Amino acid sequence: MSAMSNSNWSRRSLFRAAAGMAAAGSLAACGGNNGRGGGSGSGVALTQYFHAYGEQGTEQAVKKYAKAYDKAAVTTQWITSADFESKLFATLLTDNAPDLFEFHPQIQLIKSGQVADLTDVIAPVKDDFNPADITSHTVDGKIYGVRMIDDPQFFFYRRSLLEKAKVDVPTTLDELAEAAARLTTGKVKGLYMGDDLHSVIDTMIWSAGADHLTEKNEIAYHTPGVIEGIKKMRELFTSGHLLLGAPTASWDPSSLNQGLCAIQFCGMWAMPAIQTALGDDWGVFPFPKTIDSGKQSVYNGGWSMFVNAKGKNVEAAKEYVKWLWIDEKKYQEEWATSFGFHIPPRTSIARTATKLKSGNAAEGVRLFNEFGHFDNIAWTQAMRTSLEDVFANSVRKDMDPEAALDKADTAVDRELKKLFG
Amino acid sequence: MSTTSTRGLARPAPVKAAPAGPRRGLRGSPTFNFWLFTGPFLTGLAIFVYAPILWSLWLSFFEARFTVTPDTFVGFDNYTYMLTNDDFVGSLGTFTAFAAFIVPTTWALSLSLALLVNRLRFMRAFFRSVFFLPTACSYVAASLIWKMSIFSGVRFGLMNTVLGWFGIENIAWLVDPDPPWYWLVIVSARLWLQAGFYMILFIAALQNIPGELYEAAAIDGAEPGWQTFRYITLPQLRATSTAVILLLLIAAYQAFDEFYNLLSKTTWGRPPLVELYYKALGESQDYGAGSAGAVILTVLICAVTLLQGRFLGFGRGEESK
Repeated sequence: MSAMSNSNWSRRSLFRAAAGMAAAGSLAACGGNNGRGGGSGSGVALTQYFHAYGEQGTEQAVKKYAKAYDKAAVTTQWITSADFESKLFATLLTDNAPDLFEFHPQIQLIKSGQVADLTDVIAPVKDDFNPADITSHTVDGKIYGVRMIDDPQFFFYRRSLLEKAKVDVPTTLDELAEAAARLTTGKVKGLYMGDDLHSVIDTMIWSAGADHLTEKNEIAYHTPGVIEGIKKMRELFTSGHLLLGAPTASWDPSSLNQGLCAIQFCGMWAMPAIQTALGDDWGVFPFPKTIDSGKQSVYNGGWSMFVNAKGKNVEAAKEYVKWLWIDEKKYQEEWATSFGFHIPPRTSIARTATKLKSGNAAEGVRLFNEFGHFDNIAWTQAMRTSLEDVFANSVRKDMDPEAALDKADTAVDRELKKLFG
Repeated sequence: MSTTSTRGLARPAPVKAAPAGPRRGLRGSPTFNFWLFTGPFLTGLAIFVYAPILWSLWLSFFEARFTVTPDTFVGFDNYTYMLTNDDFVGSLGTFTAFAAFIVPTTWALSLSLALLVNRLRFMRAFFRSVFFLPTACSYVAASLIWKMSIFSGVRFGLMNTVLGWFGIENIAWLVDPDPPWYWLVIVSARLWLQAGFYMILFIAALQNIPGELYEAAAIDGAEPGWQTFRYITLPQLRATSTAVILLLLIAAYQAFDEFYNLLSKTTWGRPPLVELYYKALGESQDYGAGSAGAVILTVLICAVTLLQGRFLGFGRGEESK
């Protein structure tokens, strides 16, 4: 009996030891790899979120800048771009939220108090910024984000393929469809705009002479021109001349570079990679007119730095943003032109960016200035999703565009009502 | 039995037993041991399962956008919104169609695999492992392989290459919903991943059927093949079949990974969990509506499980046969 109870006790103590070790292990796990350990400078630790840029050297550059800062230890999380929005939005609600993050200006972040007012950070150099980049980040006179890079998006085409097929650069959506048809051969598809065609939604609306919202924040995209555009996109989608199911998304120029398609919708950032792959055998053109009364357009996307207003180190995070994205012009120029090409939002930097002064890069800058539309801060992610659903329903499926837009109206109105009452 | 009688004999001497109590103290008491062993599990259950469920229930009555600590009470607004939302109601339909197809198909496929493997005279272990191995693969990894290499839409995708030999045009399997080839991709991935596991369950059950039954049937003049299968094998597999169907239904309820990874940015082919993910956790961050949807889904699952128990008689035991 006593022998048995002894073995019981030892078994029990074994359990206790194991439990203790497990507890210790989980505590140790809490300490590791959260980016708060170590740390130089004054002991403040900051975390920043970046989506994974496709170009080589970008991650190292972001980390290099962070390391060069001596007032706080800045850790970077480099997040796959497909997961970026959901991961960012979800963590912003928790204690693990990043202190600063890159994103696009969207008013719901401001209304819900998630991003800090950066007016005083920008104020001294406000006039040096592209005015449109200030406007798109301003709500009620306060500026909420610092633009890092402007990324115009347009079509890239293989010159030789267009010449061989005797196709001119398209200026209307009908011509684009025609070009796609004539450029499609056994091995090459005419046109690639991504599988879901979401990257051309905005430009298709602008090129139809419409916009997302009016100045009073009412729906402005529901016009006959947009409906006609959706019908044309549907025809294009079912024509068999689009590259679909390609291995890389449309922000990656690989499909064009590898000869899977003759024309691809992509962004300014891809220029160095395309130049390396195709030499001079390529050009760019803006999104063509959706309808005859419309105007060609370019989406001036880009990324901005925001400070998490609910973070633990708001002031330190602001300091870092000011140091890197306001003061350190050398880094800003490097970030904009050394990896992918981006247009620096600071005019003083844009003026000296020699890489953007010649060839296709200069043409990209011209399209940016002449046809560009910037983000509307009132157009939120949820509204974006509603129009993406319109494209899913009426371009990839054959739902009546009018009905699909009505459905989007309901969703967008719900958002607008919540944001603006 | 002997223990009981010993204790019975010991009982008349309580004086001896009494000091044992205080000496053993709290540590020795069964109550303490009960909590010691169930405590950690129950704590985990409470923190990670019950608390979120209750929180979600609470959230479903609030306007909770971009926050999980809301303060605007909206009553049943979120519920009406979700129940009148085409996408959510449609996702329930999608799921029903999916389950109605995948459950019997997987059942039939794994049963046939089990019958085939069970009849092998040699290399049985090899084939058993070969069919079982995919179970070890993650849904995400399998979806990526299906999407990028087998069902890639370009000309060098495996399926398109094969079709190319017969002069058939490339098909954008996952991109173009018309015709809905995406179901082929999803169903084949799921069959590949699941069939092996259920095959093992069936093989175990097949090996449990006594050989005498088959001998007796043969003597009574039952023909080998269909007749024996229909009247001997299938009834003997009843318990396993019921369990397999139940497990398959649960797996279908939980379907998320392959839908999420194969069909991004669509409005079709979304089972409820994917729909709720996009509603609550994705980019819209509408926790109120998302929670309302989750509660509706929970109620539905409870109802279906209860009904299923009635019809299939799972857990009713042998006597009900």
